[in-house]
Amino acid sequence: MKNRIRQVFHSGKFITGFVIFIVILLTIFIYPLIITRDPLKMMGEGNFFRPGTYVSKSEVAGSGDSYQLNVDAAAAQVDRRLKNDTRGFMAEWLEKYGGVKSSEIDVSDADGLIALWQDHYDLAAEQKGMTAAKKKKFRRLDKEIRDIMKSKALFLAEKNEETGDLEEVEELGETEYVNEKDIQNKHTFPLGTDNFGRDVLTELVAATRSSLKIGVIAGVIATVLGLILGLLAGYLGGFADNLIVFFTNLFTVIPSFVLLILISYSVGESQRGIMMVAILIGCTSWPWTTRSVRSQVMSLRNRDHVNLSKLSGHSTIRIILTDILPYIASYVVMAFILQISSGILSEAQLSMIGLGPATTKTATLGLMMNWATMYSAHLNGSWWAYFPVVLMIALISFSLNLMNTGLDQVFNPQLRD
Amino acid sequence: MKGLKKYYVQKILWYLLTLVFAVVLNFVLPRLMPGDPVSAIAGKSVSGMSDATKIQKVYQDYTEKFGISKPIYVQFFTWLKNALHGDFGVSFSQFPRTVSDILSGAVWWTVCLQLPAIVLGWVLGNVLGAVAAYRKGVFDKAILPAFLFVSNIPAFGMAIILLFVFGVRLGVLPTSGGYGFNMMPSATWAFVKSVIVHYQLPFWSIVLITIGGQAIGMRSMAIYELNADYVKYSRFLGIKDRTIVKYVFRNAMLPQITGLALSLGTMMGGALVAEIIFSYPGLGTTLLAAVTGQDYPLLSACTLIITIMVLLANLAVELIYGIIDPRVKANQQD
Repeated sequence: MKNRIRQVFHSGKFITGFVIFIVILLTIFIYPLIITRDPLKMMGEGNFFRPGTYVSKSEVAGSGDSYQLNVDAAAAQVDRRLKNDTRGFMAEWLEKYGGVKSSEIDVSDADGLIALWQDHYDLAAEQKGMTAAKKKKFRRLDKEIRDIMKSKALFLAEKNEETGDLEEVEELGETEYVNEKDIQNKHTFPLGTDNFGRDVLTELVAATRSSLKIGVIAGVIATVLGLILGLLAGYLGGFADNLIVFFTNLFTVIPSFVLLILISYSVGESQRGIMMVAILIGCTSWPWTTRSVRSQVMSLRNRDHVNLSKLSGHSTIRIILTDILPYIASYVVMAFILQISSGILSEAQLSMIGLGPATTKTATLGLMMNWATMYSAHLNGSWWAYFPVVLMIALISFSLNLMNTGLDQVFNPQLRD
Repeated sequence: MKGLKKYYVQKILWYLLTLVFAVVLNFVLPRLMPGDPVSAIAGKSVSGMSDATKIQKVYQDYTEKFGISKPIYVQFFTWLKNALHGDFGVSFSQFPRTVSDILSGAVWWTVCLQLPAIVLGWVLGNVLGAVAAYRKGVFDKAILPAFLFVSNIPAFGMAIILLFVFGVRLGVLPTSGGYGFNMMPSATWAFVKSVIVHYQLPFWSIVLITIGGQAIGMRSMAIYELNADYVKYSRFLGIKDRTIVKYVFRNAMLPQITGLALSLGTMMGGALVAEIIFSYPGLGTTLLAAVTGQDYPLLSACTLIITIMVLLANLAVELIYGIIDPRVKANQQD
């Protein structure tokens, strides 16, 4: 046994899958210890903030000595005030009379354009073929640009409760700054927020946790059911076998997806918690395990050591437990691993058609996908709302499948490359 | 031929039996549950939703067609009789359209999308898997991890990735619907063109997913076969590599066909959810509409149609298997 386990950990595939899975597990247990707020807390109003750091707008404006200028404010103001046609005129003058090459002029770069203007514009310069009116126009333009360059203050006002008038509270100059560290109300959303304004990263960790829970519970139920039925069918044979095989075949052909939809719809939204969904998935996915356990047991049934046990008068249960189970343990573990990953996928798909766990307390990976598509994140380009979820589902399933393949190669030498 | 006939008859009978079970389950399961849909409908008609007269009308139609007050077996036979006539009642959410009217449109979109996609994905996957096993080396090393990862992306995930890249970012393909939203289904060239353009993203997302899963299965089957004694023996005999590959491919393909039959239901389930991402006018989107609209008549008819489609596809695969695998015929003749 010890040797086998050592062998398992020599398989590259198993190790890769195992490491990915452990990293995911550690994340979902350690992350909530560091960030303790409710994963479903709505952090910001409005849909789909893109990833980044956010400061509260009212705090920035209201506190006076603690606000953040998260853009180069002066440049942005110049950029905003310098109109497009003004830019066109500037470019025209510079090219014709300033002796600037057209390749050097970039009208979209307000700062650069103004710098060029200040360098080259000269009232006294010879301006051949220009009417007086046009000369005056450019003089006005120059003044306009000078004005733009002068800083303008921004006024904060508050509404008077009684009169409804706006009263000046404070004047904010363009060159007033505040240290970033002084801002209290600052949130970083590495993965942005979702349609409800919830932090996607925190939500994703919580969702992964509940999805894994669903996967494991469903996997345990499916494996236990499948194991019991497979053992009975394979070992007892005869009528029991025929009956079980009949139902197994029936339920492999009738898609479990359809059964899940029908049952989950009928159970009603009030009943459909995480536990309920997990149980439903478990109860509809046993046929796979039953099939493989049965065929394994069939091949073991007539081995010498089993016959010897029978001759010694051991009870059926004891024979199954001591003479058959140890031989199929590795298959059962592999089936269990696959059941976990298919359970997570089933939950995701069920949630996508609106039949997932109806809970407002926790998120699952499927529910996150459901919310994202309901609020058309996939159409408005909010990739952060669904892409991490897809990646997480793929990673979990990838790691579990790698572990399964690794185990398969150890216990089934014929498959080794 | 006699052996094959026996195999066919057996298979068809077995699938008929499965169909009966599926139909019974479809009827009984929802009615066994605590919040059974029929009383929910009755409840709605009493509590008066947004449109009381509408609900009332549907309820009347429902009582009439399903004989709610009668014992359950009588209800079942009335329901069955109606279903055989293609009558599933009136839809809630899309009143006054009938369920069969909604579904008769949706079914064809789904069939035309999924059938070619799964078949193409299966064929490509098997060829790639066999080539990877035979060539080994760089091709195998590069392609295997890629497929391993791709096969673990759920179908809706692949759909959403393709949608983001080609629909939103590059903007070369439409993002939703089965045809341009400004068009009416008609036999014009413009409509056909629009359908083809809208077909691409859903189609390729299903194909890619299928390829991933099949290639891995085929690769390990082919490696297993390449180590078999008959291959070594053929090499001793000096049979050309090409011929050996043909044998290997044929032998490795048989379990793949059985595998296809076993996993068709799962594959179609996944593809149905992928449809939702594209709001493709097929059964998947109809299912979503039925669930969000609390439209039980539509939902139960949808699941029944999906079950029948899966059963038919499975039966087709098994019938084809009978032709391809000579052992089937031999077994039946004993």
